Amino acid sequence: MITISIDGQEVQARPGWTVLETARHHGFYIPTLCYHEAVSPSGVCRMCLVQLGEGPQAKLVASCMYPVAEGMKIFTDTDRVRNVRRWILEMLVSECPASTEIRDMAARYNVTGTRFEIENPDEQCMLCGLCTRVCTEVVGLAAISTVSRGVHKKVGTPFLRPTEVCVECGCCVTICPTNAMQARIDSVRGVS
Amino acid sequence: MISHELRIDEITERYPASPEYLIFMLQDIQKSYGYIPPEAMDLICEQTGVPASQAYSVATFYQSFRLTPQGEHTIKVCLGTACHLKGGQRIMDELKRRLQVEPGETTPDMKFTYTSVNCVGACALAPVMVIDDQYYPSITVRKLEKQLKALSRE
Amino acid sequence: MADQSTARNLESWRLGSCEELNELRESILASRDPAGQEIVVCHGTGCVANGSPKVAQALNSALQAANRETRVMPGIKKTGCHGFCSRGPLVIVNPYGYFYQKVGPRDAEDIVELSILQEKPVQRLLYKDPQSGEPILSEKEIPFYKLQQRSVLRNIGKIDPTDITDTIAAGGYQALAKALTSMTPEQVVEEVERSGLRGRGGAGFPTGRKWRSALAAVEKKGRPIYVVVNGDEGDPGAFMDRTIMEGDPHAVLEGLILGAYALGAQQGYLYVRAEYPLAIRHLENAMAQARELGLLGENILDTGFSFDARINKGAGAFVCGESTALFTSIEGKPGNPRPKYVRSVEEGLWGRPTVLNNVETWANVPLIVDKGADWYAGLGVADNTGTKVFSLVGKVNNVGLVEVPMGISLGRIIEDIGGGVPGGEPFKAVQTGGPSGGCIPYSLKDTPVDFDSLAEVGSMMGSGGMIVMDSRDCVVDISRYFLRFLEEESCGKCIPCRLGLVRMRKMLDTFSAGEGTPQDIEDLVSLSQAVKDGSLCALGGSAPNPVLTTLKYFRDEYMAHIQNHECPAGVCKDLITYFIDPKLCTGCGVCARQCPQGCISGEDKEPHVIDAGHCIRCGICLESCKFGAVRVEPGVFVQGAFPGEAVKA
Repeated sequence: MITISIDGQEVQARPGWTVLETARHHGFYIPTLCYHEAVSPSGVCRMCLVQLGEGPQAKLVASCMYPVAEGMKIFTDTDRVRNVRRWILEMLVSECPASTEIRDMAARYNVTGTRFEIENPDEQCMLCGLCTRVCTEVVGLAAISTVSRGVHKKVGTPFLRPTEVCVECGCCVTICPTNAMQARIDSVRGVS
Repeated sequence: MISHELRIDEITERYPASPEYLIFMLQDIQKSYGYIPPEAMDLICEQTGVPASQAYSVATFYQSFRLTPQGEHTIKVCLGTACHLKGGQRIMDELKRRLQVEPGETTPDMKFTYTSVNCVGACALAPVMVIDDQYYPSITVRKLEKQLKALSRE
Repeated sequence: MADQSTARNLESWRLGSCEELNELRESILASRDPAGQEIVVCHGTGCVANGSPKVAQALNSALQAANRETRVMPGIKKTGCHGFCSRGPLVIVNPYGYFYQKVGPRDAEDIVELSILQEKPVQRLLYKDPQSGEPILSEKEIPFYKLQQRSVLRNIGKIDPTDITDTIAAGGYQALAKALTSMTPEQVVEEVERSGLRGRGGAGFPTGRKWRSALAAVEKKGRPIYVVVNGDEGDPGAFMDRTIMEGDPHAVLEGLILGAYALGAQQGYLYVRAEYPLAIRHLENAMAQARELGLLGENILDTGFSFDARINKGAGAFVCGESTALFTSIEGKPGNPRPKYVRSVEEGLWGRPTVLNNVETWANVPLIVDKGADWYAGLGVADNTGTKVFSLVGKVNNVGLVEVPMGISLGRIIEDIGGGVPGGEPFKAVQTGGPSGGCIPYSLKDTPVDFDSLAEVGSMMGSGGMIVMDSRDCVVDISRYFLRFLEEESCGKCIPCRLGLVRMRKMLDTFSAGEGTPQDIEDLVSLSQAVKDGSLCALGGSAPNPVLTTLKYFRDEYMAHIQNHECPAGVCKDLITYFIDPKLCTGCGVCARQCPQGCISGEDKEPHVIDAGHCIRCGICLESCKFGAVRVEPGVFVQGAFPGEAVKA
């Protein structure tokens, strides 16, 4: 067993556990958007960032992927951590204005609106990648993937046309933390 | 240069049939055909065992791959820092005015495709433009005009 | 593929031992007449773009035409980049060392007539000292070169990179032979550790320490271990690695083979960006020739050590310069970085221990092995040993490639070697470290150029790009430029970078348009900190640096934009006005004809006027006017012929 400290409290963890698993096991709150036990973690939403160590040299690490090590000091709610979370949420409110899940989490961090312009009022997809990961890792079909890069990155099918590789199992819709996949599922399989 | 002398399978069979060679195959197809035809994607997936969604993800991630046929001439304007300071954006704006299409697009007559590129490493000659494989140093709007006219006449 | 024009039947020369390598070197040197004539024509990408192949052709024709019954025809040697790019095309006539600059095809006859036949210099082609106006005969007397220490670049400009015999004659592979016959792999690692070499790609991580951790990883996980060259030089304005790969490919290769020997690797990879086709060609050619000679591949120099390497071409993604993205690209996938919680030395390519180093880092290794760690550690300053190659670009007289010992000051590089800003004004700022770096103002020109000192002033060394800016470059514009670049290059995986960079850039757009408030600046700083802290990789993590440093050193300029609605440098289109100076305008009408808006009017031979209401500030008139009559004034003025008459909006 490994001993680490979270927010000043010493807790035990098994070798191989991540900081997130350990924290949740002991009842500490760490928000996540792109994490799900059914698939491998990818560390893309950055909501789960925690501070490792103290002082100006301390760095922020994604707890969903960071392995525990003896003696490490974790802080789940420092100013730096809160700053990252509230900006992520404010940007997500502008990027995915139609998602109530995002608005709820944003409210928890006192983000009730956004200074940024809203380009697509119906959008809900935050590119957490859970849908693509479940289709590849669990269903084993890889019918969908992320397409393009940067601000143009989106979830899509080959040549953005309906694909017969999709068997309409619905896993992607189930794992999607918002309603985004539901809204685009017809474009994946096609409408019969 | 674009040459359709080789069939797609002749190109893909240069490499071992493994996912590791996906990008090699795409690069060779891109070089020969000027873009990646859908049939080429299908064959590459068949040969390497890479799922179509993954191959499409790769083809759309990297800037050098095109999925639609390109113009006869590709015009690349360097927008590296030195070229930016010396007015490279002015050349892009002028191209947009003259060709009437957005960067990355091809003119309706399929003559020209233009795009900005990242630094080509010829900074003493800023601003730099590359047409097909030919470098044009210290490019000005007037020099651009001349080149476009010369190429249009061909 | 081996270059057909210079390929020899190298197979018959396959070297079976280090003695044979020495013999080969001796025989090559013996076959050359050190007093023999030779014409060197620079064929680096810059000079090629400027027409050096035509110069070489013209020289060839002139040599053919000259009557040379009594003497042997000199060869024309095509070399890599000499570094003095603003003076190209460059030609050197040996053995006299006459250094000719800005050579055109029409100069070929004079060069042959005077320098080859009469052994005299062509005066008008010589470089003239900018202070005294005196012509300078040879390269080593030219201030640009005199103040440098060209050790990594020592062969470039002297050897033909497509001919391995040139490299061997210059001492290439001597270090490899020494290591394979008289050093253990452990001793090679120690030498690199003691030299103090730090990664030249940007992060400055001690190379010896990286190799040492890799060996520890191999202890834990076993082999294979891979060695990889990072040739994805993506920082705009940086062309150090391009020059080394094009001009001295064997330096990189030899370094890689030495590293492979030290670490016990059998397979290596060279990841080179696709935008460097000449570098790729030269590396492929170099590897083919090295294989034929038995310097690469199975049983190198008959020592039992085998190692080979393959080139992976980039496909157009700046992010692939990041180590985890580079590995995933070699594996055939999209270049999305991974969080580096387990170091690449332990889990890199295909999850195996991997050592990735930059081109320039690898090129330093043969020097360290050959001349020893103590020699290397004697260069530079404490903790920052050796030399560094920089690409000096932008508003500087001598744009080109320079190599200096670490610790030299910024001012010395920009003013003494670079010749300062054209026009003589002090530089405004120098941007180091590319999109990840920061702007350092003139007031800090005495800052030593080394990893630690540059970090202390808020910037970083980066890969070596040094962009000099003058009073007509706007810091708001340059910050926006770098953000825009990274916005396009972001892989898009993590939220802070994918969503943050574009929003930061849009905030800079509003400042550039003269809008925004001081509170917006504070918000930008706060968002910058979130992006810095929150991004998955260093692309996003370092993206705020240009904004943060320009705010630190040039806040007044930001305030001028948002509070005074003017761009002091005359760049931001919404905050400037174009005028024609009636005292200088000759009424030639060229600008009016070029104007895309048709908003310049005037009678023939009478001063012309720009209609500010329709002017889009594209700058075409400024570019076309031969009389310097077009002026850019900071601020938004309403209709008036000249600032004296015009009224500010």
